[in-house]
Amino acid sequence: MDVGFSSLRSEAVGAVRTAMVSAENLQLTLKAELSQEEQALTHIRSNPKEAHKAGNEDLKEMLESSKESLKLEAMKRIVGLIAKGKNASELFPAVVKNVASKNIELKKLVYVYLVRYAEEQQDLALLSISTFQRALKDPNQFIRASALRVLSSIRVPIIVPIMMLAIKEAAADLSPYVRKTSAHAIQKLFSLDADQKEQLIEVIEKLLKDKSTLVAGSVVMAFEEVCPDRIDLIHKNYRKLCNLLVDVEEWGQVVIISMLTRYARTQFTSPWKEGAMFDENNEKAFYESDSEEKKGHTEEKPYIMDPDHRLLLRNTKPLLQSRNTAVVMSVAQLYWHLAPKHEVSIVTKSLVRLLRSHREVQYIVLQNIATMSIQRKGMFEPFMKSFYVRSTDATHIKTLKLEILTNLANEANISTILREFQTYVKSQDKAFAAATIQAIGRCATNISEVTDTCLNGLVLLLSNRDETVVAESVVVIKKLLQTQPTQHSEIIKHMAKLFDNITVPMARASILWLIGEYCERVPKIAPDVLRKMAKSFTAEEDIVKLQTVNLAAKLYLTNSKQTKLLTQYILNLGKYDQNYDIRDRTRFIRQLIVPSEKSGALNKYARRILLAPKPAPVLESSFKDRDRFQLGTLSHSLNSKATGYQELSDWPAVAPDQSVRNVEIIEAVKEWTPTVGKTKQPKSDDKFYSDDEDEKEEEGSDSSGSEDSSSSSSEESGSDSEEESSESEKTSSDSGKSSSGSEQSSSESELEQKKKKKTKKVPQKKSKPTAADSESDENGNGPVAQESSSSAESSSGSETDSEDDSDSDSPAPQKKTETKTKPKVAVKSKKEVSLLDLDDFSPAPTNTPQSSIFSPSLLSDLEGLSLSGVSSTMQVTTSSFGPVKTYELLHHMTGKGLAAKYHFPRQPCLYQPSMVAVQVILSNSSDHSLEEIHIGDRSPASLSIHCFNTIERLEPEASVTVSMGIDFSDSTQAANFQLCTKEDQFSVSIQPAVGELLMPSSMTEQDFCKEQGKLQGMNETSATITMETANASSQAISKQVLSVANVGVVSSSQNNFSRFAGRTVSSGALVLVSLELKESSTALLTINTEKTVMASMLLRDIKQALTQA
Amino acid sequence: MIHSLFLINHSGDIFLEKHWKSVISRSVCDYFFEVKEKAVDPENVPPVLQTPHHYLISIYRGKLFFLSVVQTEVPPLFVIEFLHRVADTFQDYFGECSEGVIKDNLVTVYELLEEMLDNGFPLATESNVLKEMIRPPNILRSVVNTLTGGSNVGDTLPTGQLSNVPWRRAGVKYTNNEAYFDVVEEIDAILDKSGTTVFAEIQGVVEACVRLTGMPDLTLSFMNPRLLDDMSFHPCVRFKRWESERVLSFIPPDGNFTLMTYHVSSQNLVAIPVYVKQNINFFETGSCGRLDITIGPKQNMGKTVEGLMVTIHMPKVVLSANLTATQGNYTYDLTTKVLVWDIGKLNPQKLPNLRGSLSMQAGAPKPEENPSLNIDLKIQQLAISGLKVSRLDMYGEKYKPFKGVKYLTKAGKFQRLSLSFL
Repeated sequence: MDVGFSSLRSEAVGAVRTAMVSAENLQLTLKAELSQEEQALTHIRSNPKEAHKAGNEDLKEMLESSKESLKLEAMKRIVGLIAKGKNASELFPAVVKNVASKNIELKKLVYVYLVRYAEEQQDLALLSISTFQRALKDPNQFIRASALRVLSSIRVPIIVPIMMLAIKEAAADLSPYVRKTSAHAIQKLFSLDADQKEQLIEVIEKLLKDKSTLVAGSVVMAFEEVCPDRIDLIHKNYRKLCNLLVDVEEWGQVVIISMLTRYARTQFTSPWKEGAMFDENNEKAFYESDSEEKKGHTEEKPYIMDPDHRLLLRNTKPLLQSRNTAVVMSVAQLYWHLAPKHEVSIVTKSLVRLLRSHREVQYIVLQNIATMSIQRKGMFEPFMKSFYVRSTDATHIKTLKLEILTNLANEANISTILREFQTYVKSQDKAFAAATIQAIGRCATNISEVTDTCLNGLVLLLSNRDETVVAESVVVIKKLLQTQPTQHSEIIKHMAKLFDNITVPMARASILWLIGEYCERVPKIAPDVLRKMAKSFTAEEDIVKLQTVNLAAKLYLTNSKQTKLLTQYILNLGKYDQNYDIRDRTRFIRQLIVPSEKSGALNKYARRILLAPKPAPVLESSFKDRDRFQLGTLSHSLNSKATGYQELSDWPAVAPDQSVRNVEIIEAVKEWTPTVGKTKQPKSDDKFYSDDEDEKEEEGSDSSGSEDSSSSSSEESGSDSEEESSESEKTSSDSGKSSSGSEQSSSESELEQKKKKKTKKVPQKKSKPTAADSESDENGNGPVAQESSSSAESSSGSETDSEDDSDSDSPAPQKKTETKTKPKVAVKSKKEVSLLDLDDFSPAPTNTPQSSIFSPSLLSDLEGLSLSGVSSTMQVTTSSFGPVKTYELLHHMTGKGLAAKYHFPRQPCLYQPSMVAVQVILSNSSDHSLEEIHIGDRSPASLSIHCFNTIERLEPEASVTVSMGIDFSDSTQAANFQLCTKEDQFSVSIQPAVGELLMPSSMTEQDFCKEQGKLQGMNETSATITMETANASSQAISKQVLSVANVGVVSSSQNNFSRFAGRTVSSGALVLVSLELKESSTALLTINTEKTVMASMLLRDIKQALTQA
Repeated sequence: MIHSLFLINHSGDIFLEKHWKSVISRSVCDYFFEVKEKAVDPENVPPVLQTPHHYLISIYRGKLFFLSVVQTEVPPLFVIEFLHRVADTFQDYFGECSEGVIKDNLVTVYELLEEMLDNGFPLATESNVLKEMIRPPNILRSVVNTLTGGSNVGDTLPTGQLSNVPWRRAGVKYTNNEAYFDVVEEIDAILDKSGTTVFAEIQGVVEACVRLTGMPDLTLSFMNPRLLDDMSFHPCVRFKRWESERVLSFIPPDGNFTLMTYHVSSQNLVAIPVYVKQNINFFETGSCGRLDITIGPKQNMGKTVEGLMVTIHMPKVVLSANLTATQGNYTYDLTTKVLVWDIGKLNPQKLPNLRGSLSMQAGAPKPEENPSLNIDLKIQQLAISGLKVSRLDMYGEKYKPFKGVKYLTKAGKFQRLSLSFL
């Protein structure tokens, strides 16, 4: 198949060529002067100057002609000139005229030209600016994007303000593609004018909140380039980035992973230290109620990984299977720098896989493995054979493999490795053979068992025919003998014998040094060697001469009877040597060893100076110190700090506040239905803000606290988000202002219409990202009145514009992120930390992988499939906050001291999306501690429950809150199970209210009506109810409805309508509740859903709630 | 990130330069040339070099150097991977990646480079997306274009970048809907002189050629997925689905692509399809040597071994070879000292044999090391690991596609050592 195709290809190529030739001929015959020009171009090398001139003149003419095809041809040639690095700048005026051409290809080529030469011809380049400005407002997103790309690529300082404006506008564009381009433009502007930093950071901050996977990689890149130290900008986006990671394009993944690696090193405590205390204060505040228990607790659990830390590790792991080697490498380095020691080894296989890739990839990967293998032999030992050298490998690959094999050598595998080395020594590549001998030397010093074997092997190599091999062996033997100066006189003798045949200076010098150093062990041979050296002294290399002088001196001290004359002879020769080093050395030695009047005190110590025991050289890896650089970086590869290298900081001793990463979920509701925010505020005032103590104590969740405290984290997040979303409104309002202001300045009347549209859209866009964390905005504390008005405005905007907003591109990724961010909220509550840890290694048993919350890519893909489907504009949003009812699960009398209460936190279940989250508060009211509290048998057997971890011990008067997940399968049938302690078992059951089986869903009014239209007939249930007028305000209604059902409020344009939307947790069926107020305090309550049973039950509940209130 | 790119041919001429930020003089390449001179073999040029103000990261593909200039810290693999992606794209567009072809299509190449990077950061690298923006040259269009002055830049703007499936272009239509998969496995093995396996492993790749209308969602399942030890996937493959069910579920890109690569764990015994009996001797005197090689089938699962070829890098001292082959023919390249014996199909009844004498440089010492043999072979319709595709299902579209799976086993780095150990 492939063969056939490629042959077809080559045929095609051939045909193209012939066609081109014939076309060329055609032109030749038609236009004589053109052909001349063409020839001039093709022969440009032979006669450059003349031809160049002529060619350019001609091109100018062609550009000025009216024919599109001629212009295109001219531009193609000009691009050809640019590609070849020839100067075509003089054509600038002619080219720039075509910038507004309608022909897309011509336009593109002009852009290429502009970007290349604008810097040199700044004044002329300004002519093109207005074209781009116009294109920036084009309805087509690609035209907007490409205009911004070129505009920002023109490096002309004058247009910095224009670029700034364009970037700001593009950052708020509806198209993620344009926003991506604006992220790129940020870096360009920054490199052009660093003074814009502050403003650019603002844009980055805005873009970081973007939920599109398209934007994420680019904006993080901009962040890394412009303000890598502003780690505070990341906090709020950390979880989002982690969750989006799998779906970001490959290049973005690399950048995000490396940024998150740095981030994690500043925010989490080290997972490496055994028994390290984990952020005591936080733990106390979050999880523990009384301090006594706490003490016992922390002793048992020395280190708990921050769930966010775990999140990062878990979400990067699948990327090890990426086809992109850079992604795999960056995940590997992330694990290396962040994961607990025992988890790092999961990257091994993937790294070894990369060795199958291109030569260059191998090189980098091997470098990194070399560094890793020094610290962690065990990681790569099972894959040792993958590092065997092949004869076809390039030299630098071979040396790296050798390095790794040496690092991996230990007692167990050394024999295999040495056998392998023996074949390498015989390699044709002599440099490699020499490196192998070095490696053998290192193995010999590191593993004492084989020192002798190695030494013998090396001695055998001394008789090798190849000189470099012999020389290298000598050098290595010398080092080895030095580390083991015991009984090796045989080897020294052997080497002395070989001495005559060895010509490599380094090797000769080494032998001389050895003989000198251990001359007392070879008393007979040493003087003889010296005699030989005296003869050949003048012909030796400098390094050999120096060692000869040394040898002579040492022998003179130990055996002056035999060598006195020889030494003097050699010293005399040295005295007149051409090399000053040798003359110096000779003079020094003479003074030192030969006693005379002048020499004085030093003479006495000559022996101690020359024959001092010398420390053995340490043979160690050249990669030893490379771990000071982050793996996978350029600096690591070069072993020197590259420009712009960011140091990886050490783990902090105490983790910074982890709550900064909490992203408040209520936002999502507000984002789509800003009015809700307003209606909610009063309610939250009396409910949530009623007492501040509440908020602080709630984590403690005392059993006695009953209702108030049981609302725990949901309340906390609720109140937080109130603050923050109101802040986000502020920012949105002022950014709305600034954008409208900027447009005024652009003062183009034709854009008036456009502007209106924009200002309407802008605020909505702004409120989408998660709340601003640093309230550094000048307008941050603006008057409240303005705030509310702006939010009102934005809400009206959202209603009218909602059709536009639901472009097919944006909602899908958002939906994804929302469903994914949800579980993270639950993480805050109690025991999940350890659960998560476990989950990472044995993924929670999921029945249906499609519904698994951790399969974002799948989810997104499936969404992609049903793009045309109905639900594209609807989001399952996060919980709405109503009062939380607590139910009794087990009374302390029946439970023999164990009491249990439960409530529905109305958060998405962490374990499986089809489960309803239930929080159970267990308390011990007996006088003895209860042990091993866990969940036993359940009925019906098919019921799927995600149990909490067994509680080892519950002290008297203590209580603990645990989370469970129960899949009720959209029925109100009770979940029966057994709550067991070590001694007893108690049957308990959880009966869900129908309203708790729902998840809020946010949608626009239009969508609501559309969906309602589809669920008519038997899917509709309605009832007329009577309410007191006092309760007929929309706030009161939503309060009541939310109290019984976990649904989301749909913003309404009509006052007499209240609408709520939700989905069933298990099947995701839509549940729509609408309430139409009629005169005389009656109202029509309608519920539309395909789950008719639920509808009737829900109707009953809501009716009851509304009438009673 | 990537600042500039220079394309340099084998003889050291820069024939294309592209800058994504301000222009960097091509004199920066001088540092590279210096190293290249020293390295002798272009394969030996280190991929990462440091100059006083820049860092040079290069790859060597198809006798061309792709040399990129970076100024700040960047993961080197990022750049290397990207450069290879550029080379792959050229290959995809023009059928080959060589100097001639690039020069012939200079404008298209330039446009491609412009789209692939923005400010040095990769923008569009998916072939499906690129092809929508810049059409690859083909016969008909070129003829029409040269005659009418038309363009090869897409008139319609791409939509692929914004779809949820960024690797697949929208609106694909075929009259014949077909999906073919090639399971290609390579055996990497090192056998020692006695013929025992020192090291053997199987690397496999599933290449796909999918031409299906619309947005098909495919599921490919294997009979024995447990065989697979380590794999990497095209981004289209849903990883979670693989983890839980061991099936490949994906929305394919349009056209040819590599679906996955895999590695079969070396714990499983790797079947070696042929055995080689060899005897190469160099005599101390007479400056000549003797060579005798026989190849026979070993474990080939009843399939025929084809495309059998033996390559031997002879020691420098061997001047010529005078051999007779019972099957196929041999060549001995005097300059590179490479002996190639092209056998073709292996006939189990009549084993191919190559024997004869080698003449060596007079007076030169006998080579201390016997050369090793590299063996090439192919077995059609067999995946040596035993991996089998069980079924391919399609969801999301109504029509019935034509499906096909082909298996092929090749020798990867298959070395037969003939060393005498110490």
